[in-house]
Amino acid sequence: MLKLDQVSKRFGGLTVLQDVSFAVPVGTVFGLIGPNGAGKTTVFNLITGLLAPSGGGIEFEGRSLVGVKPHQITRRGLGRTFQNIRIFRDMTLIENVVVGMHAKLDYGVPSLLFALPDFRAQERRARERAFELLSWVGLSAKAGDIADNLSYGDQRKLELARALATGPKLLLLDEPVAGMNTAEKVELMAQIAQIARREYTIFMIEHDMRFVMGLCERIAVLNFGRIIAEGKPDEIKTNPDVIEAYLGRDDTDTDAVAGLRGQA
Amino acid sequence: MEWLTDFWQIYGNLVLTIGINALLALSIWLTLSCGLLAMANAAFMGIGAYTASVLTMSAGVPFAVALAGGIVAPAIVALLIGGPTLRLSGVYLAMATLGFGEVVRVLILNAESVTGGALGLNGIPQLTQGWHVVAALVGTLLILWRLRRSRIGRAFEAIKEDAVAASLMGIGVMSHKMLAFALGAAIAGLAGALNAHLTFFIGPSEFGFDRGVDILTMTILGGTSGLTGPVLGALIITVLPELLRGLKDFRTMTNGAILVLIVLFLPKGLWDPLRIRHWFRRETR
Repeated sequence: MLKLDQVSKRFGGLTVLQDVSFAVPVGTVFGLIGPNGAGKTTVFNLITGLLAPSGGGIEFEGRSLVGVKPHQITRRGLGRTFQNIRIFRDMTLIENVVVGMHAKLDYGVPSLLFALPDFRAQERRARERAFELLSWVGLSAKAGDIADNLSYGDQRKLELARALATGPKLLLLDEPVAGMNTAEKVELMAQIAQIARREYTIFMIEHDMRFVMGLCERIAVLNFGRIIAEGKPDEIKTNPDVIEAYLGRDDTDTDAVAGLRGQA
Repeated sequence: MEWLTDFWQIYGNLVLTIGINALLALSIWLTLSCGLLAMANAAFMGIGAYTASVLTMSAGVPFAVALAGGIVAPAIVALLIGGPTLRLSGVYLAMATLGFGEVVRVLILNAESVTGGALGLNGIPQLTQGWHVVAALVGTLLILWRLRRSRIGRAFEAIKEDAVAASLMGIGVMSHKMLAFALGAAIAGLAGALNAHLTFFIGPSEFGFDRGVDILTMTILGGTSGLTGPVLGALIITVLPELLRGLKDFRTMTNGAILVLIVLFLPKGLWDPLRIRHWFRRETR
């Protein structure tokens, strides 16, 4: 479904990604892991068109995404969330999600100006759908609240619902459980598993090993801008290169290593 | 009824000026609602005013056609300069659009054969009637009100809050910025055209930096959260100097002090629904 072929990215003289190649098959939950600063978010920014690759090709459903504008990439069926949450803070939850349906509403100017039946029907359907998506992540009771007042974990869930509103075939999740407590993580894991069962293909970046190993069917490991391993969770857990990549660091990644060992 | 006729005799012009200023305030509110600090509205007003005036005076077309010209001309100019300038954001956009305003002013000053240069255009027929201004204001308010409640209004707000996130919601950021900019220019042009046919004189100095700041002040003072704010701001900025007439020499000083106090204590503007709701809640407790 999504294919990266020898993708490179350089910022000036600094090579952030080099010859990154992997493919996300339809219907899978695919994980991209790697130590801090390995270039994972850069991969997402290249796929969604926020950055242009310095070399290589990116294909989605057989069509190249290189040089295509971000909003057009979204309309082709790629939805994403951000590592540093980017919800619309001054809007209510339901408005946030309805914004995601922008490209799905196609009433004309006259219907808009005179609130013709076509306009009202489409707006009502959008609200109903937004409400449904909020219920998928357990936020429908707070639909009328201002997004800024949500807890950190709920803001992440709202972002997920908003990304779903764009009608993606492939959902890109950038560290969906970062900063969440254990209870929130378990809840979100169940919700994402549920979403995956609704025939969405999911591609996620994550640090939390238990989360990744529990959800993903295939995993690629990125270290210093290169893919060092790709395969099923069991293969990744025992791969010596991967263990080395994680053991080579301390501070923030010790949790990840502990998780990796716990699983192995 | 007699007092009404008297009132209109004395204050009719002032009331219509409120309406025209409200249009100007709404024109900059529209771009602000899309997160753009564009300061070209005085120039767009000037383009509208000169286009409409030249159309009625030299070409002798009906007033309706002149007004249409005053709306369309600035919108076209906005589309032309929007391409390069709307890539800028924040104060950089403000500077670029201020620069554009200055270019327009100097062009008007030097195109003497058409615009009369520094002397301006004199003897513009007084075609603007009260109901024209009312209709223009009500029509503009209705259109903006509908726009706000649609996908386009939501897209503007999303772009204002986070343009990157908005683009990943499938919103064409650049095209929506262009739309806000061109519509704002059209509204400012309409205000300019109506104003020119009310005061029967226009000169290049009317559409300079001072006017641009005036327009921005009205909107910021009134509040940018909705359509009520700009109209309220226009009302106050227009009426306040008249109310302070009795203060004679201290008039402009007091006028300025009041504005400073309002901005200091009500940074979100006079019309801030959240704050007003908050007050009411406190009273009922």
